Amino acid sequence: MTGKTVALFAACYNDTVWPGTPISTVKVLERLGCRVVFPRKQTCCGQIFTNTGYAAEAIPLVRGFVETFASFDYVVAPSGSCVGAVREQHHQLAERSGDSGLIREVEAVVPRVYDISEFLVDVLGVTDVGAYFPHRVTYHPTCHSLRVAHVGDKPLQLLRGVRGITIVDLPNATECCGFGGTFSVKNPDMSISMASDKARHVRETGAEVLVAGDNMCLMNIGGVLKRQRAGVRIMHLAEILASTEEDPA
Amino acid sequence: MSAVPTSAGMPVPGPVQETTPTFVGMPKFPYAARSALRNTQQRRNLAHATEVIRAKRAKVVAEVPRWEELRQAGADAKDELLGHLADYLVQAEEALTRGGAVVHWARDAAEANQIVVDLVKAIGTDEVVKVKSMATQEIELNEALEAEGIHAWETDLAELIVQLGHDRPSHILVPAIHRNRSEIREIFRREMGLVGRPAPDDLTDEPRRLAEAARLHLREKFLRAKVAISGANFLVAETGTLVVVESEGNGRMCLTLPETLISVVGIEKVLPTWQDLGTFLQLLPRSSTGERMNPYTSMWSGVHEGDGPQNVHVVLIDNGRTHVLADPVGREALRCIRCSACLNTCPVYERAGGHAYGSVYPGPIGSILNPQLRGTASDVDRSLPFASTLCGACFEACPMRIDIPKLLVHLRAKVVDAKGRNNAEGRAMAAGAWLFADARRLERAQKGSVLAGKVLGNRQPPPLPGAMGMWLGARDIPDLPAQTFRQWWDAREGGRS
Repeated sequence: MTGKTVALFAACYNDTVWPGTPISTVKVLERLGCRVVFPRKQTCCGQIFTNTGYAAEAIPLVRGFVETFASFDYVVAPSGSCVGAVREQHHQLAERSGDSGLIREVEAVVPRVYDISEFLVDVLGVTDVGAYFPHRVTYHPTCHSLRVAHVGDKPLQLLRGVRGITIVDLPNATECCGFGGTFSVKNPDMSISMASDKARHVRETGAEVLVAGDNMCLMNIGGVLKRQRAGVRIMHLAEILASTEEDPA
Repeated sequence: MSAVPTSAGMPVPGPVQETTPTFVGMPKFPYAARSALRNTQQRRNLAHATEVIRAKRAKVVAEVPRWEELRQAGADAKDELLGHLADYLVQAEEALTRGGAVVHWARDAAEANQIVVDLVKAIGTDEVVKVKSMATQEIELNEALEAEGIHAWETDLAELIVQLGHDRPSHILVPAIHRNRSEIREIFRREMGLVGRPAPDDLTDEPRRLAEAARLHLREKFLRAKVAISGANFLVAETGTLVVVESEGNGRMCLTLPETLISVVGIEKVLPTWQDLGTFLQLLPRSSTGERMNPYTSMWSGVHEGDGPQNVHVVLIDNGRTHVLADPVGREALRCIRCSACLNTCPVYERAGGHAYGSVYPGPIGSILNPQLRGTASDVDRSLPFASTLCGACFEACPMRIDIPKLLVHLRAKVVDAKGRNNAEGRAMAAGAWLFADARRLERAQKGSVLAGKVLGNRQPPPLPGAMGMWLGARDIPDLPAQTFRQWWDAREGGRS
């Protein structure tokens, strides 16, 4: 098939807490004929430091990111938020460092970094990845996927290509779930208020599964749903795309 | 919320939040937001009002086929201004003076207030009528006038509600957005008679009746006033034209009836050319009120004999703006035209309301403007850059293309650099940065997380104190996996070789 070599950027929290997401990403890409490599030096895109005001701490991570991925034509991550941080913030951080070499390296790497939905739809040109998932799902377009990485409706195009799936619209879908990284710790009352409203909208859909392209947002909404014993499962888009009749998720 | 008994025995709302008259000594945002979140009436009022105005804006913006080009043109015009601000200000002063206006310069709020107080005193009146103006609220002009025995009557309906309610504005465009009409009725019934024509005894909460009561109350003030005070939405440098856009006609009354007109204008309100005005008059009404065009647009260039005010003064204020301009990243905030689109679209503002931001500039724009205009000496100003999830809805709505999330992050770094790193958060961030600097360290830490997962099974962790405890108080954590992705990858690759 395509035979493209893809470097997987798993994202630090997926690697540690949600290995199922990068594993699913590997399965989907290999099913579509890609050769997947996992550069072991990778750690974190630095977003948690940047967005908490620790730009100086994030700069070495930008350096690490470009060194790890410089030699690949395609870097794919199952996270609109991390891809958004690489696209929007790495250049600003490199400029802040005053290191012109780093600025050049960032400029070379950034255009080759894709969210999984972008890589499948735009680079491989597929919306039917051969997935099977006979469940009722609702999709939350996370803020950073939508308004920073600008993945548009690509995740929905991919979901519509899944056999057996029922997709129901999420009310107020584009409103933030209230996570915001350290926002949820610094402004806990506001964060909980927003997460409760999002969880309420999810329950209104009657979906069994809440799907999104960012596991940290899913952790926030899913944490409320789980506390409520709501009986709604959270899944990353890649996990649904990896699901088949032979190997169901 | 405090309640004041009325003659009818009905409790009526006092100020919505415990703000000081001028926001001095406000707590940091998370605490102010906590009490706002408990105010169920305000939350209902705000959720309804912002939803209506969001829908109106979305409809009229979608009608403009080249909205993105228009936004870019607006941003470009302001960037041109900010890149050559001194030149355009001098050009504006020359044009204003040619037209017969007197131009005054004020470095800060105290200077501006003194200029206005002196002008009003020289005329020998003890009252002025006011057009809704953010600049005069920013400098707390009403309080300064009141201290000199001069009554400043707000004539915009919502500002009148706020003033009569001894309240603070909570929105840039709709300052009484936190009030519903039954609250407004009570305020009118209780307060109007104390400062002028009372509200009729049979006043209901019908919007038509409330507006009628306000018109009758205000009319005698319009007809009596010798001095009007306004701000300006725009000041065109090449023609010396001041522009005020409004919806109620109260502005037109103030700008044309009294003999003396004093306009207090931020130095960033200048537009380079008359042509630019065309761009901004398309962007502003659609973004603010969700209208294709606002009902009243008043423009005046100096003095015209026998027509309108015969003494025209313009007070140009800095009040922190050159401080903002000095930051090449932060200066983008000075493009703001005070439309409020970012407030109406912000999920945090919708829940917290405006008072929690401790400034007349609330919401996302307030969170980037206040810490730059006022600095970060106060608790509330230091907390504002963090009062956002960085969801980006504000940037998407902003007609001036102000990248508010980028500026928030920029200001967060400034706050952290000023506060230093020798504290719990700083040490945690340093530890995280050390961990992520080398993948082998991360792998060792992951072993701890896998072990914790084995210990916890599908149970939740025990209660924790502090911020993390708040987090876990409302949410369950996910079950931790038995192996990390790296371990899965290694096992698979090992099996292959």
